[in-house]
Amino acid sequence: MSTRLATGGRLIDRSRQVSFTFDGTTLRGHPGDTLASALLASGRTLVGRSFKYHRPRGVIASGAEEPNALVGLGQGDRFEPNARATTTELFDGLQAASQNCWPSLDYDVGAVNAALSRFLPAGFYYKMFIHPRAFWKHVYEPFIRHSAGLGRAPAVEARDPDRYEHFHHHTDVLVVGGGVAGLQAAKTAGESGLRVLLVEQTGHWGGRAPVDGGTIDGKTPEDWIGDTLQALDNMPNVTLRLRLQGAGLYDHGYVLGYERLADHAPDAPGPRHRLWRIRAGRIVTATGAIERPLPFAGNDRPGVMLASAVRDYIVNWGVSAGDRLVVVTNNDDAYRTALAHHRAGLTVPAVLDARPEGGGALMAEAQAAGIRVLTGRGIAQVNGTRALTGVEICAQAGEGTPLETIACDAVAMSGGWSPVVHLWSHCGGKLVWDEAAAAFRPDPDRAPIGQDGASNVIAAGAANGQGDLSSILKDAEKAGKTAARDLGGTPSDASAPDAEQPAEAPLAPVWMMPQGAPHALRAKAFLDFQNDVKVSDVHLAAQEGFESVEHTKRYTTLGMATDQGKMSNINGLAVLSRALNAPIPQVGTTTFRPPYTPVSMGAIAGEARGPLFQPIRRTPLHDWHETHGAKWEPVGQWRRPYCYPRAGEDKHAAVAREIDATRGSLGLLDASTLGKIVVKGPDAGRFLDMLYTNMMSTLKPGRCRYGLMCSENGFLIDDGVVARLDDDTFLCHTTTGGADRIHAHMEDWLQTEWWDWKVYTANLTEQFAQIAVVGPNARKLLEKLGGIDVSAETLPFMAFAEGQLAGHPVRVFRISFSGELSYEIAVPAGQARALWDRIVDAGAEWQITPYGTEALHVMRAEKGFIMIGDETDGTVIPQDLGLDWAISKKKDDYLGKRAQARSHMTDPDRWKLVGLKTLDGSVLPDGAYAVTEGTNVNGQRNTEGRVTSSYHSPTLGHGIAMGLAHRGPERMGEVLTFMRDDGKTAIEARIVDPVFFDPEGAKQNV
Amino acid sequence: MLILTCPCCGVAADEIELAPGGQAHIARRGPDSTDAAFEEYLFLRDNPRGVHFERWRHAMGCGKWFHAARCTATNEVFGTYPAQTTEPPQEIRDRIAERRTDQPKDSRA
Repeated sequence: MSTRLATGGRLIDRSRQVSFTFDGTTLRGHPGDTLASALLASGRTLVGRSFKYHRPRGVIASGAEEPNALVGLGQGDRFEPNARATTTELFDGLQAASQNCWPSLDYDVGAVNAALSRFLPAGFYYKMFIHPRAFWKHVYEPFIRHSAGLGRAPAVEARDPDRYEHFHHHTDVLVVGGGVAGLQAAKTAGESGLRVLLVEQTGHWGGRAPVDGGTIDGKTPEDWIGDTLQALDNMPNVTLRLRLQGAGLYDHGYVLGYERLADHAPDAPGPRHRLWRIRAGRIVTATGAIERPLPFAGNDRPGVMLASAVRDYIVNWGVSAGDRLVVVTNNDDAYRTALAHHRAGLTVPAVLDARPEGGGALMAEAQAAGIRVLTGRGIAQVNGTRALTGVEICAQAGEGTPLETIACDAVAMSGGWSPVVHLWSHCGGKLVWDEAAAAFRPDPDRAPIGQDGASNVIAAGAANGQGDLSSILKDAEKAGKTAARDLGGTPSDASAPDAEQPAEAPLAPVWMMPQGAPHALRAKAFLDFQNDVKVSDVHLAAQEGFESVEHTKRYTTLGMATDQGKMSNINGLAVLSRALNAPIPQVGTTTFRPPYTPVSMGAIAGEARGPLFQPIRRTPLHDWHETHGAKWEPVGQWRRPYCYPRAGEDKHAAVAREIDATRGSLGLLDASTLGKIVVKGPDAGRFLDMLYTNMMSTLKPGRCRYGLMCSENGFLIDDGVVARLDDDTFLCHTTTGGADRIHAHMEDWLQTEWWDWKVYTANLTEQFAQIAVVGPNARKLLEKLGGIDVSAETLPFMAFAEGQLAGHPVRVFRISFSGELSYEIAVPAGQARALWDRIVDAGAEWQITPYGTEALHVMRAEKGFIMIGDETDGTVIPQDLGLDWAISKKKDDYLGKRAQARSHMTDPDRWKLVGLKTLDGSVLPDGAYAVTEGTNVNGQRNTEGRVTSSYHSPTLGHGIAMGLAHRGPERMGEVLTFMRDDGKTAIEARIVDPVFFDPEGAKQNV
Repeated sequence: MLILTCPCCGVAADEIELAPGGQAHIARRGPDSTDAAFEEYLFLRDNPRGVHFERWRHAMGCGKWFHAARCTATNEVFGTYPAQTTEPPQEIRDRIAERRTDQPKDSRA
């Protein structure tokens, strides 16, 4: 069993204790512990259950690569699933819970899967759940959904109470990884004076070097790290950040950083996580290497750990993995673990070295310390289920016949090291297979490139395939110099520090232990611990024809868990390559995708939540609406009043009242959201003739004209009234949602097609408010306010006047979207509220009534006026809407003209605009389809039309609707059958003229 | 996340400041064009693995449209230039030729 040693632990503060809970039991650790080290110190070797077979699992690693020790952290609003215990720093009050077990970690019902594992090989679900077809929806899918996923999701009602934010950071050189290579590269680059950012994902600098030993410039690694940090601290151009991971590398030197500020200190002020959006001229990836497990039967048992992790726990946290540790290896590095364990006063009954000749100096040192070394040996299988009792040893060259049983309670395994090439590979960096190290390392000739076509990523140290301390530091120093030189800096003459470590004998690749293991052993030799993929599964995939590594990955789920196969991928593809009898480089790797470890959703969202999710645009009259009880409707980014219900009134009653008041006397509308674009210049008329379907160049100053805008594809994109202010100047009104889009559309054509035309555009939407005064008493109101002659003779329909209204500078447009006598008054935004208040006061004698967007919609529908987005959906041309009168026949060209001449556009069978009146007077469901005889190829009813707008008209006392119908206008009086939302109930409506109210226009022509 | 230098205001703009506009140097076809010519103008676009001339707008900056010559496979940028031209400037074509000896000559380049 694992326990806390009496001495040692360079990262923990033994003078203080912190308490935490695991599955409700209170345990203790020290500041500086990770959750994993504290659990091991408390003797917790069993920490979770595996995903597929529910096998008992313990901590296996000591860093970000951990696949087993995943826990749920916190509770309620702060609950977070699938947190790695190895990267969770301990704090007082931490609450952790094991995952994927029920009713408890020790007694787990799902563990029955382990007994059935023989029947649950790779691809089981694909093969099993395909027949019978009918079982899918009600049997298979609910079952799979129930068993899918590892940790449980936070409760539906949970709301993350923490803050998150984004940081933008620009730097010359970004160094990712704060081990000795990263420190050296940052120092070298920093000495050139360039801006350097050095980031490290853990809470401490120096990486593995203090654990692995040796000397640097005659000092211990720990002293050298301290001195180098001091030197970096003294450079004002260098920024150092701990707990900040280089999570993803993207185009043109863009790197996402994931900083965890408060995970280890939940009471710290400020954000919990921060997403760094870094732009760097050069990126040095000094991301180190990850040790590989050895594939032998039972390698997933609690107590079997990576050799480097066993050593880390001893040196960093003063925790032993067990009393009797068997070390199994194919390289020299694992002897350091044997020696560390031995020096801690514990027993190493044997080192099993798979290499027939064994290792070099480190092996000799172990032997000198009295440790028994067996060469050419491996583990046949592991004894004990929840706690190890021993291992059966065998000849690596054989088939697993046990030669001897060695009693032990822990196993340290090492299959060699894989450089962490994730960042290098994220954005196109290629890898090369290093035969000697049996690992993929970055290919410097095929590095990721920046916008100038030059390599912008430099791998350094162990991440670049370097093994010993001396070459790691030399490589890092070279990387720092290259980065500095590339960016025009002058690196100092200082050379890399001298480092010394015992020389190491070459590694011998071991992809199966023993090499001739039969199926029974292969079916217990795990590659991917989190997703329970075994050597036998990859063999099965190969046997069933999955030759591509990407296909094998998906079939077996190898490397698809939350750890993304950091420990398993190389072993997995090596097994595949053996099964396919193809060299490893030919099999290749799967794709490395960002982020390196999961990034919290909070960090991705940053500040963009709640009221800051997206900006809200408010008109200058927003506050008045708010205090007068407006119910809001989002229109684009704007908020507009939908209606103004009075006490005891529902929305429908309010809308009906507003319409009655407007049609009967006087209504008031805030139309400020209308787009207002000024188009000015000698060629403005010519330009607008191209943009609108009708002729704008003939419009006389002082007059208005309704216009339609189409895309070059012929479809209607916007409409509005254009006013000619003077010979050179037009004011184009757009829809509320269209202002920015239409302004951009104008600029696109002006800048890139007709750049020689003398035209200037400006979007003045927010500079002016627009107040619509609508109804039979509208003229009387304006006369009362005084200042502008609004008589029918001076200001006829579709004309405008400029002047002072009640002392405010205004432009009064006599235009109407309701069929009433109506004036739209444009006033500088800053004076809008003052004018509005004057209008409300002056209008009291006519019971002036503010109305919202719904009343506006109903009144325009009563008049048969189209609305962009209701009657149009991007597939509708003006001709479909009976708007031929607004399309100039005289113009040679306008945007959309050629497209509207295509055969499909001129087809008489198109659906066209009509009015629809239900036979029973009810309201048609919006969007309902008219059905006709027969069915289409999908067995759905054929259709011959659809409703585009539908309302109850209080003016007429029945439902009114507009819609598009097959050859609609030719079928006046015919009855169409529409389906209600249930798809079963029919509702009949007659095709009528879309103008339901005042077709002669008597009300507005006064 | 590209960086493109706006030739109008000179800013080395991050992609979040920019709006893409598709292939550049497409001649507009009007009412007198054939169906085939109009189809090509409106719908048919090159999709090269290699050098591409494309339209961008500095939407969150100076608002101007410009053109960029970019390799679609590597995102190498050979240069940006004002949109008021019907073909890539000589200087851009020279830079592509200099860096991409393996590239087949673009019909417009």
